[in-house]
Amino acid sequence: MAKKTKLSREQVLHIAKLANLTLTEKEVKKFQKDLSDILAYIDLLNELDTSKVKPTFQVTGLKNVVREDKEIRGLSQKEALAGTKAKYQGYFKVKAIFE
Amino acid sequence: MLNSQFSNLNQLTIVEVLKGLKGKKFSAVELTQACLDRIKRVDDKVKAFITVCTKEALEKAKEADREIKKDSKVFDKKPLMGIPFSMKDVYCTKGIETTAGSKILESYIPQYNATVYQKLLDVGGILIGKTNCDAWGHGVSTENSDYFTTHNPWNLEFVAGGSSGGCGAALASDMTLFSIGEDTGGSIRLPSSFCSTSGLKVTYGRVSRYGAIAYASSLDTVGPMAKTVEDLSLILNIIAGKDQLDATTSANQVPDYWKSLTSKVRGLSIGLPREFFGKGIDKEVKRLVLQAVEKLKENGFRTVEVTIPMLKYAIPVYYLLACSETSSNLGRYDGIRYGHNRNSFGAEAKRRIMLGTFALSAGYYDQCYLKAQKARTLVIQDYKKAFRECDCIVAPVSPKPPFKIGEKADDPLAMYLEDIYTATINTAGIPSLALPCGFSQKGLPIGMQIIGPQFSEELLFKVGHFYQERTEYHKRKPKVLLHE
Amino acid sequence: MNKNNYLTIIGIEVHLELKTKSKMFCGCCAGHFRVKPNTHTCPVCLGLPGALPVPNRKAIEWCFLIGKALNCNSREDSSFDRKNYFYPDLAKGFQISQFNQPFCREGFLTIKGSTLIRINLDKDKPFPSKKVRINRVHMEEDTAKLLHKIVDGEKVSLIDFNRSGVPLVEIVTEADINSSQEAVEYLKKLQQIIRYLGVSDCDMEKGSMRCEINISLISQQFPISNFKLPNYKVEIKNINSFKFVKRAIEYEITRQKELLKRGESPIQETRGFNENRQKTYSQRSKEEAHDYRYFPEPDIPLIKISNLKSQISNVIPELPEEKKERFIKVYNLSEYNASILVLDIQKADYYEGTVKAGGDPQGTANIIINKRIDINKFTPKQLVKHLQKQKTDKVSDTAKLNEVIDNILKQNQKAAYDFKKGKQEVIGFLIGQVIRETAGKADAQTVKKLLIEKLK
Repeated sequence: MAKKTKLSREQVLHIAKLANLTLTEKEVKKFQKDLSDILAYIDLLNELDTSKVKPTFQVTGLKNVVREDKEIRGLSQKEALAGTKAKYQGYFKVKAIFE
Repeated sequence: MLNSQFSNLNQLTIVEVLKGLKGKKFSAVELTQACLDRIKRVDDKVKAFITVCTKEALEKAKEADREIKKDSKVFDKKPLMGIPFSMKDVYCTKGIETTAGSKILESYIPQYNATVYQKLLDVGGILIGKTNCDAWGHGVSTENSDYFTTHNPWNLEFVAGGSSGGCGAALASDMTLFSIGEDTGGSIRLPSSFCSTSGLKVTYGRVSRYGAIAYASSLDTVGPMAKTVEDLSLILNIIAGKDQLDATTSANQVPDYWKSLTSKVRGLSIGLPREFFGKGIDKEVKRLVLQAVEKLKENGFRTVEVTIPMLKYAIPVYYLLACSETSSNLGRYDGIRYGHNRNSFGAEAKRRIMLGTFALSAGYYDQCYLKAQKARTLVIQDYKKAFRECDCIVAPVSPKPPFKIGEKADDPLAMYLEDIYTATINTAGIPSLALPCGFSQKGLPIGMQIIGPQFSEELLFKVGHFYQERTEYHKRKPKVLLHE
Repeated sequence: MNKNNYLTIIGIEVHLELKTKSKMFCGCCAGHFRVKPNTHTCPVCLGLPGALPVPNRKAIEWCFLIGKALNCNSREDSSFDRKNYFYPDLAKGFQISQFNQPFCREGFLTIKGSTLIRINLDKDKPFPSKKVRINRVHMEEDTAKLLHKIVDGEKVSLIDFNRSGVPLVEIVTEADINSSQEAVEYLKKLQQIIRYLGVSDCDMEKGSMRCEINISLISQQFPISNFKLPNYKVEIKNINSFKFVKRAIEYEITRQKELLKRGESPIQETRGFNENRQKTYSQRSKEEAHDYRYFPEPDIPLIKISNLKSQISNVIPELPEEKKERFIKVYNLSEYNASILVLDIQKADYYEGTVKAGGDPQGTANIIINKRIDINKFTPKQLVKHLQKQKTDKVSDTAKLNEVIDNILKQNQKAAYDFKKGKQEVIGFLIGQVIRETAGKADAQTVKKLLIEKLK
């Protein structure tokens, strides 16, 4: 039943772009095959009749979990910037982004 | 000394250690030193730890001794005073490197504490180190760690299970008194089973995930791993409860799990799901789990056959949900505010990000993620139906005994199938207790899991403790490292 | 309608920064104006590993308030969704927003509209009132701020996460707006309502109100009542004032018309507005629609509105329209005066405060509107004193006033005769003469009364 159709190169590159990943040629070929595993999963799940079934996005059943509008002290500037060496005068620094 | 047959402090359980500390039989420093010595002697073979906090642990141990000397009642306020523990390296520990097993976070020092870590510190726990895991929790054998593979202390050529493999191995080789692992699809239960230790996957929402590096948000659970069920109950008392910083935590009251351990369990019924004992299960695994059930039956439990038809779809449902959510959760790793850039992702992480991105993409969302969420409803219904027939379910953890390192490395799909018996429990958000129930012919550990409805941890502990009072499997130590 | 047979179709997206104390999903201070960079952050809004979002109750209540003020419906269950994309100002690699189940939808805002464009009329209001339909009002979190600089000879972008996580409400209209005047009127009216609610400073220059204009043209071959939406739309971003909104739209209309006349279709794209050149310019192609892979935010449980509803109905303050009607009724003001007073809630409150402190409704209105009293200089009590003094000044000279009136009537016998004959409107002229004679000191109402008495 599950036809193992490979995804096209374009499809793989498109997904990689969405995922912000750079792939080598080898990886592109590998993912062409690997992503088709998903298609097999889809086929399997299509056996299930879920036409009258509601999705469960939250198993807890919790509702309206909110916090009060109060200020809580967070990180200092030093702590916020501690994770990187690329900083400048209290800012995170990256190569210029052209908008 | 004590009733224990072992002379090394690190070989004791939490319960035994607390007796010793309270009775001033030994100091916290001696205990911590014993663990650190053990790590020095065997961890180059086992490779459970990414980071060992030698200096900090001894300092904390000294503090603990001071507090114990000052106030004999300190254990009332701080029930785990002086107890060394380890954490899977996905928990943020301020000032201490946290990697999630990935090169992306190599040298990353968190600026805040995970809630579970803070809670343990507040009751006097001593962090001895951060343990190895499959990067981001993506794996069943700890072979997907970007750093190294953890070896099974029972036979170093075999895997320790995953993704909390470092936790299981550290416990089994007595390098730590307890561990905090993380279970998304079986990641506490599988290493517990493979290393012959006890581990609890809690009800989703029972323990705060704030500060736990996320794998799959709707499936991740934070849980304790220890040498006995009794020890687990002590830890859960501390770490369970609502957290203002985690909107998915339950406001349900936290009972005293340890106090309720020894209340009556006779007359309870155990469900045996036929699908878990059918095709694919190894003969030895089946025999040992059913043998455990027999033990319980001898002591007043009833059994009833139940059915979980959705087991057939366990893997697609779990992986579609998990990969989709992880592809989104790993989006923050762009190397700007911390960590290295996205080229540092390992092969399995890349794979799951690609799969997840694909499953959420336009044109596929409905048939993948949404469909899986609908299937999830059916999984929940299956377990609800089953629990109308029984109080708890007993099942194997893994279809097969531990496998050799490298055996499945080239076959991701085969790896994924390891989760077949564990993943539906995460999908349903219900709790499951894994504990040792025997050894294979080759001497490798086999575990079983006791599964219950939401918030039934008390019941699971009772049954598990009952079983451990009548068996010895959990007391055995791996011969391989015994004299080191 | 345009002379050259093109109809302008405009839809507007507005983002409002709410002025809550803390951010949308964490307890960091939400204020970020003139603050040192990266000093209002925490693991959550910085997107650190392991951090989790918890929604701000006040922000959600305020979003429902805005929806209610815009006549929206609210669904029973609402959820947050993840909008996944990569950009350096987006800490988590996704923005927590709302896609499938926004808090509010299907509302409307009525504007005056134009007699020339007869579509989307609000039939419940006097012609040419126009209903601008609101598609949705939903919540999301703001991104970090980007600065572009040259540091050590290298072109870099600097990122400040103080703004990351600040609560935003997004208001999206249907494509019901058909001219630049209507667009500005919509924005001004929206701003007025939001400021009345007190939930946002709603200031375009400061960035607490941001708008995006979606604009296209269609030729008017079909009957206006049933036209198809055009097959392209141009989005204009980064416009910082109402004046520039008008200019940008007008420029676009011209630009698009030229293209269409030549038989070309304008490219679907995003354009910015150059304030110096007063022109729009191309920024990036909107051709490739982003695949944001929306899915419900697993870390935040559902919001059930019925639990929040009761708390909100009691909180919604009187809105401009209602206040205007009430002023007309209670204080006997003209439609014109009432609308001026309610333009600004501070002015309206000041007016009412003064009247309540003893000022007469008409006089107070006049002095605030015509004399343009600086309401920050005088308290309502002080203004009342000033008004009373003016009145006594005017009244104490009644004898002199009567003299002046007699004089004026003598000088304008024809007008007096006309009035007696029934030409009522002549009284205005006579009043004006008296006031001129008294160098503006006479009170119009008093003069009118006295004149009528004398003319009887």
